[in-house]
Amino acid sequence: MNILTLFVVIPVLTVIAILFSKDMKQTRLISAIGMGIQLILAGILVYSYLGMRKAGITDEFLFYFDALWFKTLNIHYTIGVDGISVAMIALTSIVVFAGVFASWTVETLHKEFFISLIVLASGVFGFFISLDLFTMFLFYEIAVIPMYLLIGIWGSGPKEYSAMKLTLMLMAGSALLFVAILGIYFYSAPAGGQLTFNLLEIAKNKIPIEMQRFLFPFAFIGFGILGALFPFHTWSPDGHASAPTAVSMLHAGVLMKLGGYGAFRVALYLLPEAAHEQAWIFLILTGISVVYGAFGAIAQKDLKYINAYSSVSHCGLVLFALLMLNQAAMNGAIIQMISHGLMTALFFALIGMIYGRTHTRIVSEMGGLMKIMPFLGVCWVIAGMASLGLPGLSGFVAEMTIFIGSFQHTDTFHRFMTILATTSIVVTAVYILRVVGALLLGPVKNDHFLELEDAKWYERLSTVTLILSIAAIGIAPLWLSDMIGFSLAPMVDKINSVTASIAGIF
Amino acid sequence: MVNYAYTLLIPLIPLAVFLFLGLTGHKYKPIVSGIIGTLGLGIGAILSYATAISYFFVNHVDGTKLESIKAFEIPWLHITENLTISLGSLIDPISVMMLVVITTVSLMVHIYSIGYMKGEKGYHRFFAFLSLFTFSMLGLVMATNIFQMYIFWELVGLSSYLLIGFYYTKPSAVAASKKAFIVTRFADLGFLIGILMLSFFTQTFDFQTLTNPNGPAIANNYGTGFMGLSLITWALLFIFMGGAGKSAMFPLHIWLPDAMEGPTPVSALIHAATMVVAGVYLVARLFPVYALTGGDALHVVAWVGGFSSLFAAVIACTQTDIKRVLAYSTMSQIGYMMLALGVSGYGGHDGLGFMAANFHLFTHAMFKALLFLGAGAVIHAVHSNEMGDMGGLRKYLPITHITFLIACLTIAGVPPFSGFWSKDEILVAAWHHDKVLFIIEFLVAGLTAFYMFRLYYNIFWNKDTHYHHTPHESPLVMTIPLMILAFGAVVSGFLPFHKMVTSDGMAIESHIDFAVAIPSVLIGLIGIAVATVMYRKPGSLPDKIAGTFKNFYKWAYHKFYMDEVYLFVTKKIIFRYISAPLAWFDRHVVDASMNGIANTVDATSKSVRGFQSGRIQQYGYVFVVGAILLVLLFIYIF
Repeated sequence: MNILTLFVVIPVLTVIAILFSKDMKQTRLISAIGMGIQLILAGILVYSYLGMRKAGITDEFLFYFDALWFKTLNIHYTIGVDGISVAMIALTSIVVFAGVFASWTVETLHKEFFISLIVLASGVFGFFISLDLFTMFLFYEIAVIPMYLLIGIWGSGPKEYSAMKLTLMLMAGSALLFVAILGIYFYSAPAGGQLTFNLLEIAKNKIPIEMQRFLFPFAFIGFGILGALFPFHTWSPDGHASAPTAVSMLHAGVLMKLGGYGAFRVALYLLPEAAHEQAWIFLILTGISVVYGAFGAIAQKDLKYINAYSSVSHCGLVLFALLMLNQAAMNGAIIQMISHGLMTALFFALIGMIYGRTHTRIVSEMGGLMKIMPFLGVCWVIAGMASLGLPGLSGFVAEMTIFIGSFQHTDTFHRFMTILATTSIVVTAVYILRVVGALLLGPVKNDHFLELEDAKWYERLSTVTLILSIAAIGIAPLWLSDMIGFSLAPMVDKINSVTASIAGIF
Repeated sequence: MVNYAYTLLIPLIPLAVFLFLGLTGHKYKPIVSGIIGTLGLGIGAILSYATAISYFFVNHVDGTKLESIKAFEIPWLHITENLTISLGSLIDPISVMMLVVITTVSLMVHIYSIGYMKGEKGYHRFFAFLSLFTFSMLGLVMATNIFQMYIFWELVGLSSYLLIGFYYTKPSAVAASKKAFIVTRFADLGFLIGILMLSFFTQTFDFQTLTNPNGPAIANNYGTGFMGLSLITWALLFIFMGGAGKSAMFPLHIWLPDAMEGPTPVSALIHAATMVVAGVYLVARLFPVYALTGGDALHVVAWVGGFSSLFAAVIACTQTDIKRVLAYSTMSQIGYMMLALGVSGYGGHDGLGFMAANFHLFTHAMFKALLFLGAGAVIHAVHSNEMGDMGGLRKYLPITHITFLIACLTIAGVPPFSGFWSKDEILVAAWHHDKVLFIIEFLVAGLTAFYMFRLYYNIFWNKDTHYHHTPHESPLVMTIPLMILAFGAVVSGFLPFHKMVTSDGMAIESHIDFAVAIPSVLIGLIGIAVATVMYRKPGSLPDKIAGTFKNFYKWAYHKFYMDEVYLFVTKKIIFRYISAPLAWFDRHVVDASMNGIANTVDATSKSVRGFQSGRIQQYGYVFVVGAILLVLLFIYIF
């Protein structure tokens, strides 16, 4: 069997196994084993992918497999990976693995919880391996639906409201997306040709410019909602705040990345002329996201809200960099997706662990936790440093690649927007250090906290996995950056070659 | 050519020590951490000295140029075709000089801390952070390209943050560390923008290419300007902003006095001798670009330096916390160095200022580290930072007293101590360039002598304070570093810097210019004399003088209210006027409009759902009405 298909099959098998489990201990053990295998599999995938590249295989997509599953509309199960999707798959498997251990103590409806979580994961994996737009969309919906249940049942606070809000907004995105996908489908071949959903086939054909102009906003906003594009980001603070720990981790860590990934694969890659024409509008919106999210985070009081706004800022930077439409900035965007996925998962994991002990997420009610739980405290500082872009951790690599890449534009508008985006590094430092100071340092405010315990082994495993990944990218980014860059180069060339004739507004 | 690739070990050993102590330090007895840290640094110091001797003396023929050697380099990240971030080690006069400075001071601080930090909680953490700092600082000075420098620049910022906030349960320390990080981060934003601009124009990060007089940065003429300055000048000004933040130049200096919340050895290492001179080093590193692209940026450097040195010297005269006096003194002395760079030209005797700045950096590192460590010994003895709690300590702390006196004489510029030689070169360079700047620095020389001896007399003479516990001299492990540094402060002035560290690598002639040296020594002596009259014995004279200049004194005492400005910007503007309204806007406008859409749909569906009632009579009624309407429609419209 194709190794990629395994990424969907193993979650399904895990879910079946969970059905037969007797108690919570078995459930979580099965989940851990299943996702552990998934992690190992991702490792093998990365290794063999790099091996094949080293051996000189220059196909755009490796492990390619194609099977027809709905003949009338020519829908295929087409899978294959390039450097970008390999990186995303590795990210997903790390976050899911850490997520299982972060929800080690879920007691209520444990079977259903882990089943939903793993179904969600399988949807995400399926999305990243798909090359057929319809199949991709299908997997996307598979990932979104369990989210509603997970927040609505296991959430906290106004969970029904948040779950409903999140799902409705994402569904609105899906609706826009569906229009875009169908539009692309009907223009996927020259008149009279066989219509197709296959990304690679569509890319060979040139969609008429009028149609592109019409479809691009649908595709970009559709995915953009998922990527917290301003002003469609408001599901994110409420959704995250209500979601249980592992769901926040998966959602911010992986699901939001579907937005960036999809915007790149579908909106920019298939509709390049329109992308060039309309990029400036969305550059302004994402530029706002970057700064707005960061300033918004300063004023928040709840840890999850802080991180949610921080995610708006960081994910805004992903879309921002993608819209720069040059190799370096887009490479940075993909690294930023991975980096943000890891560090935001780490943040949410830590918030969950701290909340599980102190039963509050309000910053001003805590203080001096570093003394009580040094392990979690140090992890928090590391996550914070990654978030504010400290060298040696992944955030720095991503941000610097984006900034330098974006600044290579010859026109002033792009460079001005880049400078605007760079100001976020200061604002980020402000809110990160504010939280670190208020949460961890200073005297212990609440005497009850003195009896709290530091991290358990499963919590340590969860955070250490994430921290090691963050540090690995931060210390030695070259392999990742080159792996992505190799696959990115032909796509960027394609995006830019057909549009040489179009004069942008700026 | 000698292979200097081994210099890589100099930063890597502290890194290894950091990882080892950080991960396993708590398992051993505290003293083990101190010894491991010190030993690691000892090896680094030996390697640095070997490098310096080999580079400046053994493998250098007199009269030839000191070459810049790229000893090692690996690519770290490819960004565009031309722009690659590399990590490596660059060996040239200023980097070798800095290696010696950093490892020497760091080694002394390590040894001293074994005694000073005894019994503190987090002993291993302290040494781990010290090693992390040393690693970052060494990586910074050895950088082969501007981006490597930026990477380590951020890392020294982190280590500074961690060490200022070492006593993390103390709110003032937490606030100070946060302030230091954010202010320097703001400055680093300028640095980053500067790098972006510079790399955009030149398509390179590499220092050797950038500073090559025929290289793209200098040879190409980026004349098209913005607001009257060429774009390359703007890039250089932004980069200088980064340097000004790290080096506590006005108005980005506000973090430095607060940074004194950290343990005193940290102040000696980071906030006196090494990290705060990184800005000077940055300008020196890019000096050919500054000097050969019109010199407008350099002009700014000179004036910022000159103003900062005067500003800080005035404040230093009024402070009562001994560490804060030293902090302002540091700011003032760095202002000297910046000024010296600013008045310098490139090549030959025009480059006197460049040599003087580096010379002063070197001697300052010795005597300022000594002053801080001496102050630490005093604080250790009396458990207070305030001058008012001290007095008459010369009897109790003889070694500290003598070494502190030497340091004070050095900074006051009394010959033959090292400060005299380096300060004299700076004054000569200023004299040849700009008379106004010279006069400012001349005044500052007098003020420096005054406030240093004010400090000295208040600690060691003045009133005979009665102490609860008789103060006693520090253990040998603390006094030996003092003596070594005192020795350095005395003799380092005799190093032939004019042959070693010059703007273009060629030796220059340097001799004492008596027309400058004699007045500058005299004003130093006057400063000392005034301080002696005012502070040697307790008296009411200081208060009277303060009363005479009441308002000015009050302003200076309150540091010209710069902290209040900072608080206004952060608390009021950023928090209250930007963030809070923005958060409100997000909840009550953006989110509310999303909810509004949902509510509209909800309301609409509620109002139309009456149609689906299930009552057959109603359906029939609606059907008939609808049919009639349709018929009417067809008749009258079509």
